[in-house]
Amino acid sequence: MPAGRLKTNETEGRITLSRPITFSFNGKTLQGYQGDTLASALLANGIHLVGRSWKYHRPRGILGSGTEEPNAVVQLGIGARTVPNVLATQLEIYEGLEASSVNCWPSLEHDLLSVNGWFSRLMPAGFYYKTFMWPKSMWMKYEQAIRRASGLGVSPNLPDPDRYEKTYAHCDVLVVGAGPAGLMAALAAGRTGARVILADEQSEPGGSLLYSRETIEGLPAMKWVAGVWQELESMEEMKLLRRSTVFGYHDQNFLTIAERLNDHLPRWECRGARERLWKVRARQVVLASGALERPLVFGNNDRPGVMLASAVSCYINRFAVAPGSRCLVFTNNDSAYGAALDMVDAGIQVQAVVDCRPRPRGVLPERLRQRGVEIIAGSVVVNVKGTHRVKAAQVMQLPAQNGILKGEKRLIHCDLLAMSGGWSPVVHLSSQSGARARWDDARACFLPGMPVQQERSAGAANGSFSLNACLSEGSFAGREAARLAGWEWDNQPDPPSSSMQLEEPVQPLWLVPSEYAPGRGPKQFVDMQNDVGAADIILAAREGYHSIEHVKRYTALGFGTDQGKVGNINGMAILAQSLGATIADTGTTTFRPNYTPVTFGAIAGQEVGEKLFEPVRKTALHEWHQARGAAFENVGQWKRPWYYPKSGESMQEAVNRECLATRESVGIIDVSTLGKIVITGKDSGEFLNRIYTNAWKKLAIDKARYGLMLGEDGMVMDDGVTIRLSENRYYMHTTTGGAAGVYSWMERWLQTEWPDLQVFLISVTDHWATAAVVGPNSRRVMMGACQGIDFSAQSFPFMSSREGTVGSIPARINRISFSGELAYEVNVPANLGKPMWEVLMAVGEEFGITPYGTETMHVLRAEKGYIIVGQDTDGSVTPDDLGMGWALSKTKDFLGKRSLAREDCMREDRKQLVGLLTINRTEVLPEGGQIVEDPDAAIPVPMIGHVTSSYYSACLGHSIALALVQGGRSRIGEIVHIPLAEGRVIPARISDPVFYDPDGERQNV
Amino acid sequence: MLEIPCPWCGLRCESEFSYGGEAHIVRPENPEALNDEAWADYLFMRKNPRGPHLEQWHHVYGCRRWFNVKRDTLSYRIECSYRVGEQPPEGEI
Amino acid sequence: MMTKYSFFNLVRNALGHHEGWAPAWRSPEPGKQYDVVIIGGGGHGLATAYYLAKEHGITNVAVLEKGWIGGGNTGRNTTIVRSNYLWDEAAHLYEASMKLWEGLSQDLNFNLMFSQRGVYNLGHNLQDMRDIRRRVDANRLNGIDGEVVDGIELKRRIPILNTSPNSRYPVLGASFQARGGTARHDAVAWGFARGADSFGVDIIQQCEVIGIRQVNGCVTGVETNRGFIGAGKVGIVVAGNSSVLAGLAGFRLPISSHPLQALVSEPLKPVLDTVVMSNAVHGYISQSDKGDLVVGAGIDSFNGYGQRGSFPVIEGVLAAIKALFPVFSRVRMNRQWGGIVDTTPDACPIIGRTPVKGVYINCGWGTGGFKATPGSGYVFAHTLAQERPHSLNEAFSLERFTSGHLIDEHGAAGVAH
Repeated sequence: MPAGRLKTNETEGRITLSRPITFSFNGKTLQGYQGDTLASALLANGIHLVGRSWKYHRPRGILGSGTEEPNAVVQLGIGARTVPNVLATQLEIYEGLEASSVNCWPSLEHDLLSVNGWFSRLMPAGFYYKTFMWPKSMWMKYEQAIRRASGLGVSPNLPDPDRYEKTYAHCDVLVVGAGPAGLMAALAAGRTGARVILADEQSEPGGSLLYSRETIEGLPAMKWVAGVWQELESMEEMKLLRRSTVFGYHDQNFLTIAERLNDHLPRWECRGARERLWKVRARQVVLASGALERPLVFGNNDRPGVMLASAVSCYINRFAVAPGSRCLVFTNNDSAYGAALDMVDAGIQVQAVVDCRPRPRGVLPERLRQRGVEIIAGSVVVNVKGTHRVKAAQVMQLPAQNGILKGEKRLIHCDLLAMSGGWSPVVHLSSQSGARARWDDARACFLPGMPVQQERSAGAANGSFSLNACLSEGSFAGREAARLAGWEWDNQPDPPSSSMQLEEPVQPLWLVPSEYAPGRGPKQFVDMQNDVGAADIILAAREGYHSIEHVKRYTALGFGTDQGKVGNINGMAILAQSLGATIADTGTTTFRPNYTPVTFGAIAGQEVGEKLFEPVRKTALHEWHQARGAAFENVGQWKRPWYYPKSGESMQEAVNRECLATRESVGIIDVSTLGKIVITGKDSGEFLNRIYTNAWKKLAIDKARYGLMLGEDGMVMDDGVTIRLSENRYYMHTTTGGAAGVYSWMERWLQTEWPDLQVFLISVTDHWATAAVVGPNSRRVMMGACQGIDFSAQSFPFMSSREGTVGSIPARINRISFSGELAYEVNVPANLGKPMWEVLMAVGEEFGITPYGTETMHVLRAEKGYIIVGQDTDGSVTPDDLGMGWALSKTKDFLGKRSLAREDCMREDRKQLVGLLTINRTEVLPEGGQIVEDPDAAIPVPMIGHVTSSYYSACLGHSIALALVQGGRSRIGEIVHIPLAEGRVIPARISDPVFYDPDGERQNV
Repeated sequence: MLEIPCPWCGLRCESEFSYGGEAHIVRPENPEALNDEAWADYLFMRKNPRGPHLEQWHHVYGCRRWFNVKRDTLSYRIECSYRVGEQPPEGEI
Repeated sequence: MMTKYSFFNLVRNALGHHEGWAPAWRSPEPGKQYDVVIIGGGGHGLATAYYLAKEHGITNVAVLEKGWIGGGNTGRNTTIVRSNYLWDEAAHLYEASMKLWEGLSQDLNFNLMFSQRGVYNLGHNLQDMRDIRRRVDANRLNGIDGEVVDGIELKRRIPILNTSPNSRYPVLGASFQARGGTARHDAVAWGFARGADSFGVDIIQQCEVIGIRQVNGCVTGVETNRGFIGAGKVGIVVAGNSSVLAGLAGFRLPISSHPLQALVSEPLKPVLDTVVMSNAVHGYISQSDKGDLVVGAGIDSFNGYGQRGSFPVIEGVLAAIKALFPVFSRVRMNRQWGGIVDTTPDACPIIGRTPVKGVYINCGWGTGGFKATPGSGYVFAHTLAQERPHSLNEAFSLERFTSGHLIDEHGAAGVAH
């Protein structure tokens, strides 16, 4: 058994001696036991030096025993599963665990950057704001060095192989913490039948009872806990969460919990998700989150071997570890005497208890006196000797008056210094919920403020530190919470009690006085992780940083991984002292989530990766496209075929082929992604009149019309073809990306502004599979594939719609065109999309029917000068800018109309849609390229527009582009220039945006 | 995450809704009769209060109803919700 | 007189145990009458006061801050500085700001840790790439550095970035502004405060304006919780609270105040030496000099002054960060918070006159105000001093919402942070 392990027959605490575990630290193989944390196992092995501090790289040990730990920060594991900045005090050891120290090089014992300590006088709070400025060009170099020295652990450099999951839960009562108060709260609430969740961050319930030697109802504390736990487990509506930290308290009683499922297990025992994020909506919340012990702020209080007194108790009683052999205790309250008694009973030599109070006379001090331990009252520890481990401490008598200490310094040898500066209730969650923590002078701590949400605090979290108070407050809070959630039970037994103890009140001791003025003696640390000393806070105050938020930001107080859990209150008090203010005046910094750090992975959950980051929308024909080797393009959430390369074909070659085949014979494209909305009701025509810029009431049944939709600001928002199916029924197409937005937009106007209109909207985008058959031979294909429709130009003209069948599939066929060719869009129920497509392909085979994707579709429409909303428009383009003034009704109002009459919308020099033909006919302009008149003009070069769409047109044998150009329509024929980033300039001639078949004859045949 | 009382479906998580901004902005009867200032006022100017706010929400992943909510923009507390066409509490607009 | 910050003075003060440092700024009682009262002691307000004194010789100035200086969005943002905006008006304004940033530490004699480590704006689809090309080309023609980077080059420069074509929204490329980067946000407020104070400007904290006194439509001063303070002119620079102050003065603004959230990880050894932003998957990230990963999200949809937002926004942004940087999955989020951003319909600020004579406003910076801090102060000081806009902020008048001459930075500029 390692040297630090207590050989006691009576108890082995919460570890299992029969289950030894081998682990390694800094490459050294060590042994611990089931139930150990890394911290307890290291101490058992006599290892106190664990890490290096952030700024001065001072040697640091283990200060605490839980989430409050600022110093013992380690890197866990290697490779893809490494975790930076794990607290040794929280990390349960498992077989094969590998951990190492952070922030030291080349080794923990010999850290090069510990030279920072020699220059620490040059590095007070905020020193970096005052220097590193000359010469100006050097800052980036200085910064690199600063960055290298900063940071603690190392990020993994491989993707995370683990899985994370999330779950929602609703409950009547959420109890935070399974210490004495939390257990009682859960018990009292659970007994009413209420649905309760009890969450605790530790591996097993008990909280402070895990290391308590008190008895409850005559039972040793942990025996009592086991009984309670058993009862809780038997309750049907009780959910017990271990290793689960409630890290956020959000609005309307929404709380977030991180449950760690696997981190305590060896790799081969890990199953399922690594962590689970609980999102809980609780009717009522009981906060029984306990209290944290405060350190005392004296010279070299950061040396390894200086520990919180409660942590010493915890290591002895819970882990059967002796963190030292000779201990000095330094306190301002009674609780540390309990730790001293624990040590005495465990066979650790207690040299003395140094108490700043002049006459400590509580039950515990008396008991310790009886054990023959010296109590040095009215005195303080001013300094610690030893670098890698405490060797001795210097003690001085407090004078009657405040001020610098004079007189004898007594040197007391010790290898452990247990300190207690009093207790701070964990008010983090209640503060997050909106309750403003209030300072309590008598208890020298912040207490939870008046609740603003449905919550209450109990036990130590409420400033009631005695075990009796915890039990009774917990019980009451649980009952009250259940009652308010609608659950009561009359047979609640009285809460159990433990032995009462009389306490001497705590005497606040913030900055421990010494023989030096602050800043002149040895460093007195407040925030150990960030190396913030008392002198830094005093300096900040001296320099005008009076707000606690300024001090926090100027000194980095509380910015560490521990979020200042142990240091902040001391820091606030020292600031208050140096400003001559009270702590209540100074106040706290804002408590924000997270209470303790939570992995990005847990919060991201499963919404990651190709499949789940966002839903993928596929058309009914997706597999067909895939089988045909299509390259896909993301359009919103949709996957759309981009082009269909044949083997050996480049994208351009494929697109040329698809374009030519379509223009010369027939092509086919899947347009199922277009938004489709059915509009019914007797006022549908009136509704369309208001939504669209053009007139709709006179549209004949089975006829189609192009519509343009504007925002109220007059800018083009969406477009598409709408068909009148019957008297009061229309079928609207929207753009693929605009579908959801247009649907919501129309609902909004109908419901909020025009509830008098009888109009109903149904989104049917996913209901239909749609194929567009496009090209001069499309009519032949349709005639071969369809029954029951006369396809002659006279009886089925352009911009009309018919019903019939394709194969045997009922279909609606719309003769509309986005290419300028004769074209038909075939709509069938989505589940029949594939057979429909296959019929069309089979019939089309003799005409060489060619499937094409979005790229060819874009080329074909650009040849015709048709816009794509969102590509040729950007939210600052009016219909007139697009040359679509013809679509604006002069006789009726429509959304956005009034905006078009504003001064700026009437300017002559607005950017207008034009075509561009490059002088070199094969040169394709980059989309997005800026257009200038004079490429040699001095910077800033005036820009007159930009290229919105640009392609090589195989049909025209020419590169073509659409562009928005200032006053463009009056510039047709002018040469403009497109300068590229790499320095080349492409000249182009402004043209009409319609490049192909300007009279529109092809679609009318 | 807010918990929003849809007047049609009851209390639901915020993630089921989309936000519509200030409520009770009525589209002018005859926009062409307005001068540019009055039109800009309708189009862009907002109360944006720090405190009680009457606002529109859309139960987009639910019943798809637009409705009104009285919510405090500082405390985020929701006092009530009411259907479109109903008067806000205490006649506030 | 200001104590000069220098290495020499640091050594000298170290010998005196740092007991000789003077306050960075005074904490005066409010005076009776000032030539100019600036409402709002954030970066923009303090910069305004500094440039009023330095450039225009107007030193009888008070900055009134209801809390502590730099406590609003200045101290809550993700510290990104860039000037690669699309439209000429915005580009020139942000570039003027960038030029000021480049000498600001020396000008203020306060190290703002302005770190030009570059900013990438990622493109995830073809339209993103068109917009990137459009913006970069526009930037270059406006004299702003910019570069279009393809996916392969991006992977070479940021090896931990996920550029796999199998991502849900694969990274196709990016725009890169090498002169962009980050700065230490708090230091910006403190540096301007110290600079302004050295010219005699009174910085008055814990002083909340509760009324704006006018006589015949002309401002005469402000009512505060510390009494009336007379003012020849009043500049309102209060970001998220602009509508509230405008309400006190009796006019409305085209502004909605929204929560904007951000978060940091625990400190890590250097792992990301640039700034990466993505509009399409909505997240942005950089690593601070202290080692924290600093992550920003999009705004919460609802109006809110609570300086906190809803959890789903945080879930969304971390899903996005994990999609872009799968190696950060096991890194832990340490702290999250929110600011109040004042958004306008065209994602551009409002800088200029108001309907009340003598009252000027500088607001509407939305999610992008930090990077503009010096430029905003510079042009607003000019506007206040000369009673007419600087050429750089002429286009950003309140009147544009009437004329319709909006400068829409939504569509093409990517995230406006």
